[in-house]
Amino acid sequence: MTLAQLNKGEKAIIEDLNTDLVPLKLIEMGCLPGNQIELLQLAPFKGPLFLNVNGAQVAIRKETAEHIQVKRTTE
Amino acid sequence: MSKRIKVALIGNPNTGKSSVFNLLTGLQQKTGNYPGITVEKKEGFCRLTKELSATVFDLPGTYSLNASSLDENVVIELLMNRKHEDFPDVAVIVADIENIKRNLLLFTQIKDLGIPSILVVNMSDRMRRKGISLDVEMMEQELNTKIVLTSTLKKEGIDSLKTQIANHNQLEYSSCLDFRDIDPDYFASLQKTFPNQSIYKLWLVITQDVNFANIDRNSIQSTNGDHTRSTSFLKRLQQRETIKRYQFINEVLKKSLEINREQATDFQNRLDRMLTHRFWGYVIFFVILLTIFQAIYDWSGYPMDVIDSAFVSMSEWAKTNLPSWFVPKLIAEGIIPGLGGVVIFIPQIAILFVFISILEETGYMSRVVFLMDRVLRRFGLSGKSVVPLISGTACAIPAIMATRNIENWKERLITILVTPFTTCSARLPVYLILIALVIPDTRVLGANLQGLVLMGLYLLGFGMALAGAYVLQLVLKLPHKTAFVVEMPNYRIPILRNVGIAVYNKTKSFVLEAGKIILAISVLLWVLASNGPSSSFGDAEAIVGQEQGLTPTELEQKISAYKLEQSYLGYVGKFIEPAIAPLGYDWKIGIAIVTSFAAREVFVGTLATIYNVGTDEEDTIKNRMADEVHADGKPVFTLASGMSLMIFYAFAMQCMSTLAIVQKETNSWKWPAIQLVVMTLIAYLAAFATFQVL
Repeated sequence: MTLAQLNKGEKAIIEDLNTDLVPLKLIEMGCLPGNQIELLQLAPFKGPLFLNVNGAQVAIRKETAEHIQVKRTTE
Repeated sequence: MSKRIKVALIGNPNTGKSSVFNLLTGLQQKTGNYPGITVEKKEGFCRLTKELSATVFDLPGTYSLNASSLDENVVIELLMNRKHEDFPDVAVIVADIENIKRNLLLFTQIKDLGIPSILVVNMSDRMRRKGISLDVEMMEQELNTKIVLTSTLKKEGIDSLKTQIANHNQLEYSSCLDFRDIDPDYFASLQKTFPNQSIYKLWLVITQDVNFANIDRNSIQSTNGDHTRSTSFLKRLQQRETIKRYQFINEVLKKSLEINREQATDFQNRLDRMLTHRFWGYVIFFVILLTIFQAIYDWSGYPMDVIDSAFVSMSEWAKTNLPSWFVPKLIAEGIIPGLGGVVIFIPQIAILFVFISILEETGYMSRVVFLMDRVLRRFGLSGKSVVPLISGTACAIPAIMATRNIENWKERLITILVTPFTTCSARLPVYLILIALVIPDTRVLGANLQGLVLMGLYLLGFGMALAGAYVLQLVLKLPHKTAFVVEMPNYRIPILRNVGIAVYNKTKSFVLEAGKIILAISVLLWVLASNGPSSSFGDAEAIVGQEQGLTPTELEQKISAYKLEQSYLGYVGKFIEPAIAPLGYDWKIGIAIVTSFAAREVFVGTLATIYNVGTDEEDTIKNRMADEVHADGKPVFTLASGMSLMIFYAFAMQCMSTLAIVQKETNSWKWPAIQLVVMTLIAYLAAFATFQVL
């Protein structure tokens, strides 16, 4: 599944990401395979995702999230 | 003679880098621009020891040396060029304890460049509360550097930072990363081709499109080894580099840092759940905006009255006590009222900047970016356009400069083009005086009606900016790639000192910049108003004096009105009167519109000059305007003409400085020219419609 499919409040582990389409800046913030990611908040009408990646809090758009493969860890 | 060294302050945004800069340099700061681009350049002076002082450069905030914006380019171009006049003797990398891992990424990159580096760990006062403990000695050893703990909130650690900077000669150089770990073949071959160069510098030249010494991308490309392969290949290597760096950092932190996560970020999370809530988040944002505009209106009234009457009495004093030849008259009737027109803005500008810098300092501004991105994207803007659009309410110039954080060129260009629609502080005096004249001072549903109208004008500006963006989005055919990554910093209590310095610097530069133009125009106006082309100007007393049955005051008023009509300025106003009469303006307002094409704020100053010329009354400008009548005895300033004038000012592009900055940012005259023509046209039509309807 991709990060874009995660629900609000859920945690996941990053499995893989498309380096051509995910900005390097996000990778440098710790968005790397193996790291934990939590979806803290979603802006309405398919707005940006508010994430906690590896301890850093960032907002990214949905189309970026679609290029990040994750594995859900919360049931 | 004491020695002076150069120090570069480098760090991620939101680490308190500017606070460290403020503490090091106090008010001995200078702000300007990097040549050719509009990235703000901040430098300051700092005394380290008796013999040694330093010029400190506060470089733009950057996450890494892999640049993705103009700001970050500035940093890398400076650090790559040893011959640059600002090339630092020592780099101070500011990190904050809560995001130390990410901050260290930049530190390892700077260190790999071979620049002597000191690490500052800021916000150390939060460590205990956050359950963090740091083994400084161990970390110094692992990173092979010197570390200084600071707390800019409590002003701690600055003295030991100065000592470390003074002793920068003792810093050791070593690399954090071995590039052969990333891709042995590629980097070995690269090093073989350029045996005398540092491998990291070569790598940055390949990936960052910057020049370094006598090697540029093309010369690397022309070598045998095929070192600039596909971007996809290079990006994969960059990702691997990042992973290696994090591995190194994790090793360092494992030995030196302990975090008890339990005590961590509960309060922050609860705050975020509320402030970024899909419904309440917007309500709160709207309430904050409303509060700001009410405060600007309510709080600035008293100081403005004081300033207004102070300048009136100064002018009166000068008129009665100075001799009556050209220069003293110019001072009393041209310069003093003109200056008054500048100084009177200070209360509102200062109040607005206080709010904006508090919103930025607390970290709330990033939440607004998050909340507004979806809404603004519909109009071809980005969530990041919120900062320019809100800063635009202070002044379009820094606002347009702030668009450089928007990586996407199309979104950036649209933001630049529509930002001048937002209500800048130069429009505020025009609005304030007109609202006071034509809107009754009553309360509607508990809110001050005048304040509501003012807020309405602000919303109108935003609305027009959005509408403009929507049209531009459809019209502009530009390729665009989205890259939207916004850090959401932890909430912080704003440091008053930083707010104070920001307000002081911004207000100062505004007053100085605008002041020059206003003063020059005031003088020009006064000269034009007190001379006329025909002999009837000089004979005013005789011509008007023939009329019978006037009291001395009436006579004097008639004479001054007649003189103004016959002056050069009067002729200009009369000339354009046919064009502006359908909007409800007379030729005096026409003069003010003509003169304020250079800068809006000149409007009030012009009226002050016009109405002051030759009269000895102590009326303030507002009362004087209320008394103005058309030839047929109807008042000039009615609800219709006042609103029409406000609408005109809301939309018209009347600011030379903004046009200049747009030219600089877009690097073409095409965009500012389009802005000038289109905005003025919209303003004329909208004002016409307003006057005809009301």
